[in-house]
Amino acid sequence: MAGQSDTMVDLAAAYVLEPVAAADWLVVAPVVWCIMTGAVLVTLRKRTAVQPLIAIPALGVLVLMTLALLWHVIAGGTVTMTMGRWLPPFGISFTVDLMGALFAATAAIVALAAGIYGRTDVDDSGRRYGFYPFLMLIMAGILGAFMTGDVFNLYVWFEVLLISSFGLLVLGSERAQLDGGVKYAFLNLIATTLFLVATGYLYGLFGTLNMADIAIKAAELRGTAPLMTLVTLFLLAFAMKAAAFPVNFWLPASYHTPRLVVSALFAGLLTKVGVYALLRILVMLFPLEREALSLVIAIAAALTMVLGVVGALAQNDIRRALGFLVISGIGVMLAGLALGSPAGLAGSIFYAAHSMVVMTALYFAAGLGARLGGGFELTGAGGLSTRHGLIAAMTLVLFLSVAGLPPFSGLWPKVMLVKASLDVGAWWLAGSILVTGLLTTICVGRIWVLAYWRPAPEGREDTVPLNPPLIGATVALAGLVAVTVAAGLWPDPVMSLAQQAARGLLDPSAYVQSVFPAEAPQ
Amino acid sequence: MEPLFALLVGALFTVAFYLFLSKHVIRVLMGAAILGNAVNLLIFTAGRVTREVPPVIGGGNDVLVQGAANPLPQALILTAIVISFSFFAFLLVLGFRAFQKLDTDRSDEMRVAEPVREASPPLGY
Repeated sequence: MAGQSDTMVDLAAAYVLEPVAAADWLVVAPVVWCIMTGAVLVTLRKRTAVQPLIAIPALGVLVLMTLALLWHVIAGGTVTMTMGRWLPPFGISFTVDLMGALFAATAAIVALAAGIYGRTDVDDSGRRYGFYPFLMLIMAGILGAFMTGDVFNLYVWFEVLLISSFGLLVLGSERAQLDGGVKYAFLNLIATTLFLVATGYLYGLFGTLNMADIAIKAAELRGTAPLMTLVTLFLLAFAMKAAAFPVNFWLPASYHTPRLVVSALFAGLLTKVGVYALLRILVMLFPLEREALSLVIAIAAALTMVLGVVGALAQNDIRRALGFLVISGIGVMLAGLALGSPAGLAGSIFYAAHSMVVMTALYFAAGLGARLGGGFELTGAGGLSTRHGLIAAMTLVLFLSVAGLPPFSGLWPKVMLVKASLDVGAWWLAGSILVTGLLTTICVGRIWVLAYWRPAPEGREDTVPLNPPLIGATVALAGLVAVTVAAGLWPDPVMSLAQQAARGLLDPSAYVQSVFPAEAPQ
Repeated sequence: MEPLFALLVGALFTVAFYLFLSKHVIRVLMGAAILGNAVNLLIFTAGRVTREVPPVIGGGNDVLVQGAANPLPQALILTAIVISFSFFAFLLVLGFRAFQKLDTDRSDEMRVAEPVREASPPLGY
């Protein structure tokens, strides 16, 4: 076979020889699809009316692809595809396990809603500056990060989503956007550079960047290599991306400045990529080091969730209050990471999926409320519940869901996390989750009472009716509300998926076997 | 070679983080440029430094000769250089636009997004 070369080479030692199964192409299809559609949309830069007509169906296809991938992973277990047919660890692998597939499907649903909402929210100039191409490219970055099985490749996807997020953030070049953009851009650049530093050390220690390969080799190197230093660097870098206290100050500085749909997308997806990376690297690759750091993570988690919601209580602008609630939610997810038990991790994964949907929907609701009732300021707001009962009701559902009240999707992950904390005797962690829930209820309750329930102030009664362009935005909001209600009333499917995903993280033998089929499971 | 490079990397990081502590955006930008180079040198050193044998597979061979340089860190650095350069270009424009629109390059005077005296939320119904 190897033929003409002087020395005979066995190709099977270097290449994946058997063709890839058709269903396995689903592993790369979502990323390829996003980049291709993004490229097409760039060529249609000036045809602003056509862009949403291409982007929204394309995002619909993306949802179908990621749901098919999720189904494929549920049915057949972790799937791996290695680029360029080089055998892992030499080729870059895309490995999708249950956690990656679940997050990818949720992210695609959120992106579809953002595409529909963007049709109302982003005007012609915003579209000419490239809202829809950036939306497709940021999705490529996010999905790539959820699916890749290679640490350096994870860094590259972080950069793809980061540069797209810069473009989205300064869409319009308003003064507040440039102000927020400076802080967002520099602090995120430092965070990703720290990630790259840690990746460089990782390569120096392991000689490999493939996650499955690292998971195998970590046990051998544990005695000799300075893994604690490495993991601490990863923790700092990803905590900064996830906006955990005390490295969270870029988020409230910038998240309220861009177009509303951009804020919604960022709040839903970007910080969760940081949480995903923390779960992947700290839990799957370096479990013993995570165990040693668990007290640090737990303290950061408790402070993040409580200080986040305290920040939200002090805000007069609804968008800024929501930005602080995003931070508070990150704290709840980190609690599961600190616990490290199957139940705690399952709670984190469930909460992350819940938070993607609910935080995006909350921004949508705030945007619709501002368009119908006039502004994001709580001072002088009011009267929305009598004029727009449906939107006020959906907003109330979302407020209850973010506070973790039954019967919506926020309740179950918090129950799982509180129980997991009490199981290991971390009463203070459970207590801070509960106190956060109470403070969140007060915060969102006050927003609802002031902006929706109380009568409109004098002279502000005449507001916009629900005109046709806003109906698309309402549909996007209603779709996400339906997801949170459904996940709240029938939590079993998501809960069992999250539990399986957590087990897959704690025992990566299925992940390793998917990348290296020849290696016998230990 | 490695200890020398390690010291150099440390020095570059020190300079970069010292510049990051400045309130002037232009100094932070210079810090970002230096940080990018520091990381590239770090990856290069982490891949072990060898001399004079380029990582090229000659005719008739299937593998690299013994003692050749490690090509993977070079590929990683190439990626990282492209990314850090494009980020630097974006940040340069962003900093300049912010200076034009906000009339300041001091980060503590950039208070448009977060005004100094913000209204408190209403205390009563």
